[in-house]
Amino acid sequence: MNQKFKQKAAFFLFRLFSFFIVGILISILGFIVINGISVISWEFLTESPTDGMTSGGIFPAIVGTFYLVIGSLIFAVPLGVMSAIYTTEYAGNGFIVRFIRMMTNNLASVPSIVFGLFGMALFVNKLEFGDSILAGSLTLGLLTLPLIIRTSEEALKAVPDSYRSGSLALGASKLQTIRKVVLPTALPNILTGVILSIGRVSGETAPILFTVAAYFLPNLPQSIFDQAMALPYHLYVLATSGTDLEASRPMAYGTALVLITIVLIFNLMATFMRQRLNKKFKQN
Amino acid sequence: MIKVKDINFYYGDFQALKNISIKIKPNTVTAFIGPSGCGKSTFLRLFNRMNDLIPDTRLEGECLIDGKNIYSNSVDVDKLRKNVGMVFQKPNPFPKSIFENVAYGLRVNGTKDKKKIAQRVEESLVSAALWDEVKDKLNKSAFELSGGQQQRLCIARALAVNPSVLLMDEPASALDPISTSKIEELIHQLKENYTIVIVTHNMQQAARVSDKTGFFMLGELIEYSETKKMFLNPEKETTQNYITGRFG
Amino acid sequence: MAQKNLLGKITEKLTESLLTLSGALTTIAILFITIFLFKEGFGLFKSPAIEDGYGLYVHPENPVNQLHPLDVKNMYDEEIINWNELGGANQEIMVFRIDDVFDYYTDEDLGENYSLLPEKLGYIISDHKNIIAYVPEEFAPSVTQGAKKVKVHNTTLSDFFLGKEWLPTATPSPLFGALPLILGTLLVSLIAIVLALPLGLGVAVYLSELADERMRKFLKPVIELLAGIPSVVYGFFGLVVVAPLVQKAFNLPVGETAFTGGLILAIMALPTIISVAEDAIRNTPTAMREASLALGATQWQTIYKVVIPYAGSGISAAAVLGIGRAVGETMAVLMITGNAAVIPSTIFEPVRTIPATIAAELGEAPSGGQHFQSLFLLGCILFLISMIISIVSEMISKKKTYKSL
Repeated sequence: MNQKFKQKAAFFLFRLFSFFIVGILISILGFIVINGISVISWEFLTESPTDGMTSGGIFPAIVGTFYLVIGSLIFAVPLGVMSAIYTTEYAGNGFIVRFIRMMTNNLASVPSIVFGLFGMALFVNKLEFGDSILAGSLTLGLLTLPLIIRTSEEALKAVPDSYRSGSLALGASKLQTIRKVVLPTALPNILTGVILSIGRVSGETAPILFTVAAYFLPNLPQSIFDQAMALPYHLYVLATSGTDLEASRPMAYGTALVLITIVLIFNLMATFMRQRLNKKFKQN
Repeated sequence: MIKVKDINFYYGDFQALKNISIKIKPNTVTAFIGPSGCGKSTFLRLFNRMNDLIPDTRLEGECLIDGKNIYSNSVDVDKLRKNVGMVFQKPNPFPKSIFENVAYGLRVNGTKDKKKIAQRVEESLVSAALWDEVKDKLNKSAFELSGGQQQRLCIARALAVNPSVLLMDEPASALDPISTSKIEELIHQLKENYTIVIVTHNMQQAARVSDKTGFFMLGELIEYSETKKMFLNPEKETTQNYITGRFG
Repeated sequence: MAQKNLLGKITEKLTESLLTLSGALTTIAILFITIFLFKEGFGLFKSPAIEDGYGLYVHPENPVNQLHPLDVKNMYDEEIINWNELGGANQEIMVFRIDDVFDYYTDEDLGENYSLLPEKLGYIISDHKNIIAYVPEEFAPSVTQGAKKVKVHNTTLSDFFLGKEWLPTATPSPLFGALPLILGTLLVSLIAIVLALPLGLGVAVYLSELADERMRKFLKPVIELLAGIPSVVYGFFGLVVVAPLVQKAFNLPVGETAFTGGLILAIMALPTIISVAEDAIRNTPTAMREASLALGATQWQTIYKVVIPYAGSGISAAAVLGIGRAVGETMAVLMITGNAAVIPSTIFEPVRTIPATIAAELGEAPSGGQHFQSLFLLGCILFLISMIISIVSEMISKKKTYKSL
């Protein structure tokens, strides 16, 4: 009897925990949606901020985030996929590969502020790019590199060896096999990883604090050497500084809502794609 | 005394057991034989309700142990499983010491007295013919034992909680011939105190070890009789064909 | 045909070299990060702990030749008031800053472009045996003009790691005692783990052992969504919702405290802990579970006596990774733990963590200066912690594979 009671109590507690977690998610999302939805309008999305950030829109921040995401992908995707190709197709299983994998894991656990520090030291100062989209993209690219590598490696590993043997047996070279058979097969999964990283990069603040982000720019960035505004930084500034915190609050909610929507859309897209692809593989 | 009447068992839509009735006397060894997938393991697992763990299954019929229907709602499944022990095909000791493996059943059922536990552990290991080999290293990890020793450990573990019935699902199939014969010898000794039901795909083993044998095929109990009679003079032709190796 | 083949082969070789190089990318990145951080950070220990371009001068007869930055700060804060506390004569300390020169001389006295300033400063110093003057080097009086320069010690390793005051912008001597920041980081992370570990484990057990398919299909996306919410949004939520709640609930002057930070960090660390722990629990072999159940143990007994110990290394890895996430978190913590770089006495006071300090101060620190370097040094600490955590969690996961053999 005692045991049955203990079990009931424990299981009840765990069930409670799980609902608590759902509750947390609902409160956070609810908090932002309820407060932010009234702020969203066509003007909000297409105009610049005015009146010391208490009215207007967040268009420059949206544009800035867009540029930064694209920029980070330009660096991270080709390099990350190539790195993954090296470790899965060429490097075998010895010490070198394990070392590289360990380094990739280490890079993945580096805190985002350290990337910001490094990005500032190397790209902004040493290489003299200054606070720029270029510096920001490189920093963000570095941040998301481990994620791209990991997902690409998994994607490549999932390609059956029989495909490779079949291609090589027909006289194709290793590189041709990779180009024509392995990569195309792995592409959907690689894409899923890219989408996941878009979601991640859009929300990062610390790496861009000292490499590209600006509080307010009168014009949109014209070149990669310009500074840019960005959604997460914009939210941070609206919430903690600025001339009139109370009055900026609605703008902050609106920014948070737009940011969350973007991040969640991409995350859900990636999850969705992954599920559909897994089904396809199982059918095969 | 185990008494089973008109058992039908379904995995979803698939009927795994068809109209089985059987009586098993106490302190005997009964063997179930038959080709793979014939339902003998499923049937075995009815007796300690391990099939309850599988979703979407259905049972029709009666299963009585010592006069009580073990599938009635008033039955405490955990108590049942103490009374009807099980040894599995692959030895599955816990990642604990040898001592703690055997003591597990006792602790889980509320025994706290250290002396009592130590005594029971020793008795069980003796009954399982393992005591002499491990008495000096009770604190070592169970994984350090050989396959045959691990299986005897699992037997000791099952015996520690004092069951009246011991179910063995192909207990020696993963072991080498020497360990197998040790286990078979053990079964002979255990018969004095326990009712043993053993599933085996090894006919010779069934012939060596059991008093009565049941032959299963495609979910049906084709024949159930004294082991000697089953193997020397079976009644059904299918039984004859299986035993002489025409199939399966 | 042969030429085409040759070109093809060359391209192939080139591409393969490129691929090999890109394999080394992450290693190179780690190397560069290490080099940049440490080079810049350790520069802090190489220069005297006094504002760049300034010096301290005393009367030539003053026996004191060197000063520790902490002493300088205490002198100018008037916590040390007598020279004999520093090994000098029994005289009250007279504190002098460059602006004080106008108490003695007018603008004209100092000449065009302040050319007479060093001379005048020399007079002031020679007149006062108990003076200590904080002046720019370019206007500093020389020995012949009646002044002696005091050497200020560099910040030392123990100053940095054990110093209790973080005052990077103090004049004349900035203090770089990182202890409050280190303790702040540890405190907030500790609170986060204490809250998140039991909660996360409970949910992991629920997911892997108790929930039916429908619940799992519902819960897993919920957890993934929680994992995807950006740090700054958590910070915003914490700032606007949680901090006021904490303030009301515990009757505090402000809601931005270590506890609040730990609370939000716990939520952020949960998805990591849950998914790693759940994986570990699910990987427990069914045979082991069945063995336990067959002995009459209840499901709950099986879970805590067999499954969790078996999954122990995976669960430890989950905890370690959760700690890693909490320690490195910047934005949320920056927004909700308040802004006090002091050692707290309770968990209901504002604190500052290392990442928050870097984020908050880097913009103000002049590039290449000591403050700048100190922030890089903080970055080094953070980087090292994350490396250790990454390696430890790898080792824990590897240990498991051997144990089960």
